[in-house]
Amino acid sequence: MIIDINFIGLILASIMASAVPLILASCGELITERSGVLNLGVEGMMIIGAISGFALMTVTGSLIIAIVGAMLAGVLISTIFAFLTQTLITNHVATGLALTIFGIGISAMIGKNFVGIPGKEFPVLFEGLKDTIPLLGPILFGHSIVFYFAFSLPFITSYFLKKTKIGLIVRAVGDSPESASNQGINVRLVRYACILYGGAMSGLAGAYLSMIYTPQWIENMTGGRGWIALALVVFSTWNPIKILIGAMIFGGLTIIQFHMQAIGVRIPVQFLTALPYIVTIIVLVVISRDSRKIRLSTPSSLGKSFHKDN
Amino acid sequence: MHKFFIRSFVSSLVLLFTFTVAAIAKDVKAAFVYIGPTGDHGWTYQHDVGRKAVEAAGFKTTYVEGVPESADAERVLRQLANSGHDVIFTTSFGYMNPTNKVAKEFPNVKFEHATGYKREHPNVSTYAARFYEGRTILGTIAGTMTKSNVIGYVASFPIPEVIRGINSFTLAAQKVNPNIKTKIVWAFTWYDPGKEAEAAKALIDQGADVIAQHTDSTAIVQIAEKAGVYAFGQASDMDKFAPKAVLTSVENNWGPYYVDRVKAVANGTWNQKDTWHGIGDGMVVISDLDSQMPADLRSKVKKLQADLASGKVHSFTGPIYDQKGNLMVAEGKTADDGMLAGMMTYVKGVEGDIPK
Repeated sequence: MIIDINFIGLILASIMASAVPLILASCGELITERSGVLNLGVEGMMIIGAISGFALMTVTGSLIIAIVGAMLAGVLISTIFAFLTQTLITNHVATGLALTIFGIGISAMIGKNFVGIPGKEFPVLFEGLKDTIPLLGPILFGHSIVFYFAFSLPFITSYFLKKTKIGLIVRAVGDSPESASNQGINVRLVRYACILYGGAMSGLAGAYLSMIYTPQWIENMTGGRGWIALALVVFSTWNPIKILIGAMIFGGLTIIQFHMQAIGVRIPVQFLTALPYIVTIIVLVVISRDSRKIRLSTPSSLGKSFHKDN
Repeated sequence: MHKFFIRSFVSSLVLLFTFTVAAIAKDVKAAFVYIGPTGDHGWTYQHDVGRKAVEAAGFKTTYVEGVPESADAERVLRQLANSGHDVIFTTSFGYMNPTNKVAKEFPNVKFEHATGYKREHPNVSTYAARFYEGRTILGTIAGTMTKSNVIGYVASFPIPEVIRGINSFTLAAQKVNPNIKTKIVWAFTWYDPGKEAEAAKALIDQGADVIAQHTDSTAIVQIAEKAGVYAFGQASDMDKFAPKAVLTSVENNWGPYYVDRVKAVANGTWNQKDTWHGIGDGMVVISDLDSQMPADLRSKVKKLQADLASGKVHSFTGPIYDQKGNLMVAEGKTADDGMLAGMMTYVKGVEGDIPK
């Protein structure tokens, strides 16, 4: 087996393509968590996005309507979560888990009529430039618009949180909702907005799977990627740039494993499947050993309900 | 007055009796237990097509989808048996022990277990399809159509059913093209479109120009279409998902068997059986052959299909050697069903080892 440079380019390109849904969902969840809300419903919102995107594409034939519709569907289902946790002050963890179960169930119900229908081809950009540069060609060119959006999102998110006023408000609400509230910030409104944004990004991640990555509808097709995205947020210690790296590692594990199999090297599959979670636990252990790090990186009020009159 | 009461009492008894008899004779209820969702467009989907054929034949059916192969299966089976079902089809290998266990508790209910081999009680039958015959056809096509001589194969789990498929595919491909190599990637899933796509992509990146699959989703044929290589549909006709890539599909056709067996229950002629049907009995169906295949290949495949159906050709005809060069089947002999059912070694020409 001769490993040439173009071959590495091809592998990297597949790894990046598999990282796209993880980046999108994680960056969305990161904003939600930074505002102090823990939404465990990522898997559910993703699958709703997947079926909505696919259904709208099949019915309307328009890719733009489908993509926007999938994001709106994510927003819609996360509104339920926002209403329950912010207005009715329910427990974040329980509500999030319920959202996932609800999403998987309802997507299967809607999806019954869309099984066995082939998807449409999604246009890719700069296809012709793919072979012009060795190694970088397949990495940089010939991807969908969602791919390019996903890879710029961590930088946009990082800029938003660090450099903009609204970003500061989001962080303030997540770190100390009481102080933020005393400053005159409408905590509930900010959290609503962050939850809905998270829903939109999860919806887009789902649509990427059902419309671009594997254009078809199959029940449960997100296959646990929502949970990986959640683990990824913790792995990144709530830092969007680290999400980019983590998504490449988590997404790349399977692909590298498959390549090794085809070459003849074997690693236990069960170990690789568990690896993202093992790494996340290790990261959690490492950061929790250092109280300063926890203070700096974890939104202090994460997962805690906020009653305004307290 | 008395007479009236007696008369109406007797007539209602008669009526009740006729209804009950009619109900017993006609209302045979069949239940189906599925491993996946009916929306997988693969394994479970095809079983459900078979269930619909039973409905169409005038019988009542129920199904439970997404039943894990664990203690849950027993619970579901017990409930189905308790709620008046006369015959229960359990459609995944892992239901083998639960099926036999529950069958013992309900001797009046018939159990039909797909792809298993345990029939511990007289009310348990087993059935499976000789999919390897279909794979002999796919191997013949793959060996002829490949230009790179590297054929990719996305496998699910290392069980005899899958190993047998890999072997029969490789033997057929070698027969038409001794230079081919079969590269196998184990996805360790029956269906996960994302993972299957990644596995197929890895094989294509490593030079495979024909991809075969033993997983259930349509993701692989779609990846093949994008990459401009050939592929084969699994379980159902997948041509519309990848019109250029899909050369043909091997379809699982359970309907006729299901209708037969439910009718047998209704007539009281049901008996314990071990059914293993192939192309000849119509349980394994080869879809239309794509026009991209040269005409002589198509006619060769048609002939092979007829010969497999008639039994003139057997997928495992000797001499067959394993990877180490030990003789598995002697020249002129064919592998018997016992050997096929327990096949856990690769034949010569398959690369790599079977994972544990």
